[in-house]
Amino acid sequence: MIDYVWLIPAFPAMGFLFNGLVGRWWRLRQGIVAWVACSALGLSFLFSILVFLELLKLSPEARVAIPDRVLFDWVVSGGLKTVIGYKVDPLSIVMALVVTGVSFFIHIYSVGYMHDDPGFTRYFSYLNLFVFMMLNLVLANNFLLMFVGWEGVGLCSYLLIGFWFERDAPANAGKKAFVVNRVGDFGFLLGLFLIFSHLGTLTFDEVFAKAHTLGPVTVTFITLLLFVGATGKSAQLPLYVWLPDAMEGPTPVSSLIHAATMVTAGVYMIARCHVLYEMAPVSMAVVATVGALTAIFAASMALVNTDFKRILAYSTISQLGYMFLAVGVGAFSAGIFHLMTHAFFKGLLFLGAGSVMHALAGELDIRRMGRLKEKMPITFWTFMMATLAIAGVPGFSGFFSKDEILWNAFSSPHGSLFLWIIGTVTAGMTAFYMFRLAFMAFFGRYRGSEEAWHHAHESPPIMTVPMVILAVLSVIGGYVGVPHVLGGGNHFHQFLAPVFGEVSQHLEKAHGAGGQEGSLELLLMLVSVAVAFIGIGKAYYFYIKEPSMPKRAAEALPGAYRVLFNKYYVDEIYQFLFVNSTKRLGTILWRQFDENVVDRTVNVVAAIMRVLGSGLRLLQTGFVQDYALGIIIGAVLLILFLM
Amino acid sequence: MIPAAFFLVLGAVIFVIGVIGVLVRREAIVIFMCIEMMLSAVGITLVAASCYLHSFDGVLFLFFAMTVAAAEAAVGLAIFVLLYRTRKTVRADEINLLRW
Repeated sequence: MIDYVWLIPAFPAMGFLFNGLVGRWWRLRQGIVAWVACSALGLSFLFSILVFLELLKLSPEARVAIPDRVLFDWVVSGGLKTVIGYKVDPLSIVMALVVTGVSFFIHIYSVGYMHDDPGFTRYFSYLNLFVFMMLNLVLANNFLLMFVGWEGVGLCSYLLIGFWFERDAPANAGKKAFVVNRVGDFGFLLGLFLIFSHLGTLTFDEVFAKAHTLGPVTVTFITLLLFVGATGKSAQLPLYVWLPDAMEGPTPVSSLIHAATMVTAGVYMIARCHVLYEMAPVSMAVVATVGALTAIFAASMALVNTDFKRILAYSTISQLGYMFLAVGVGAFSAGIFHLMTHAFFKGLLFLGAGSVMHALAGELDIRRMGRLKEKMPITFWTFMMATLAIAGVPGFSGFFSKDEILWNAFSSPHGSLFLWIIGTVTAGMTAFYMFRLAFMAFFGRYRGSEEAWHHAHESPPIMTVPMVILAVLSVIGGYVGVPHVLGGGNHFHQFLAPVFGEVSQHLEKAHGAGGQEGSLELLLMLVSVAVAFIGIGKAYYFYIKEPSMPKRAAEALPGAYRVLFNKYYVDEIYQFLFVNSTKRLGTILWRQFDENVVDRTVNVVAAIMRVLGSGLRLLQTGFVQDYALGIIIGAVLLILFLM
Repeated sequence: MIPAAFFLVLGAVIFVIGVIGVLVRREAIVIFMCIEMMLSAVGITLVAASCYLHSFDGVLFLFFAMTVAAAEAAVGLAIFVLLYRTRKTVRADEINLLRW
């Protein structure tokens, strides 16, 4: 079965080609297009499960020793030899399962959500292309193929953010996402160049085997450059600005690309390159610090935002910060664990947002919502499951993954009390803003127009069934990784352990330790749970008990409120620093260099030619006999010369 | 036997007369006749060379030259006729449209 791993990305590729070419030329009915797209994903998901089951049968040591499945040579030039090849190990298969599984459910949901959109066929071809690229990213056995996937998902992200390109906002948001990502990708590419120039190969296994020959400075540069790529793709400080704007795309796209899969590519990449990162403690510290700061920074912006999807977008940035915090302190499997549970509950939260938009004719402002739990019970209940999961309420998936990260942030040799405090405060803020969102949208009284309330309705089953499935996963998804201290086996951790080698073993020990360590872990767990409940309680007090409180709080701290509401003015600062200065530089170059230097050079050359020509053209008298004289003089000269 | 130089000098003189005629005369017909004269001069040279070198090459070549001259005369005269119809003149100094 493992031999057929290439089929996993092949199915979405075929779906893309069929829908993109045949579906568009023949203008196939929406039903056919939807069947093709969804069954491509379904088959892909099925094969991922089969490969996963095959992998489970092997011993833990054998799981990481599977040779790469090489399809064919791709780029062979000088010392560079790159193949199209896929790597099967616990890490890549976990990612493939998450990507294909979540994509499959969101594809089905999209059939209902995009129903009757004129771009239905285009939408599903892009979506299939995205999954193909994402699977290349996670299954690649070398950096170059990973980079192809990395750029490919960026392209699909651009295409799908700007899906409704006839309006200005989505078109601009797509452009912004593309340009900001370009900055990150530039760093990523430089990192690849450094790896190749020092090691002469880009295949993962060879790079990691030879990594010990790298100097500490080189490896720090490589890892930092790769991390620059990750900040772009995974929306970390300072390149996170594109993600909130990306919410202009269709909501299932926000769910799939900008919450569950693509934005986690950076976390996966760092986990994949853990050998390099472990050699560079400075880079690890940078990753952990950037992750922690992003987590709290983004969470603070979510506190006061009033746009349903943007709150979720900031929440995504914040949760991605958690994942980077995890991989930054060396807890790679904890990072991947949170990546997985986050894919479930954040994907679901966005699907819930889509369902609400569907019911309220595209309304996104939570100030004009409320009491929706009566109109849409399924959406409400599934949304609450995801909210409880992300808030870290014990028993839900987010609790286990988040707590493992917080514990590692504290206990790991790379961690510190400082990182733990930031993480815990963020957990409280997360609980607050998520319950604020839930309370404002689903509880209280309805604050929109009478007509909209009248039309509000539950979404069709094709949308609610995927939501229910994801809700179940959001609840039970955490039980694959119950920590030892709570009596669990932490199977997820053990499954990934062979990939992460020694570090993981070390953490394993720390994690499994009983006695003092164990009680400390329990204590920290209690603190973070308490913080989460305080956040929920505060949200309850603010938005249910005392609806005038938010206003009073805002008036009590007008400066802080304004800064938060305007998202720290980061967009304005970037506009001023980068966009405007680039434009100014462009204007200067245009006026000074282009017009004065380039244009003048061209004009002077032309003028010289004109002067020369105006002398020479006098030869053209129009008299036939003058030309004849010229011929004769020429002939005579030629004869004289020959004689 | 007449020395070969006589023929060559005769050919050269006629050729030069033709060249001068082409350069100094203004009537197109006369210029045309001068060109024919140059061709004839070359013909004399060719035949003389053929005779003295005991080879038919020159004579053969002359036939070709005469054929070309005949064809050229036909085309040239047709051009003059048309030129006269449109511009009412065939003087070379009055036909100078193609200039700066």
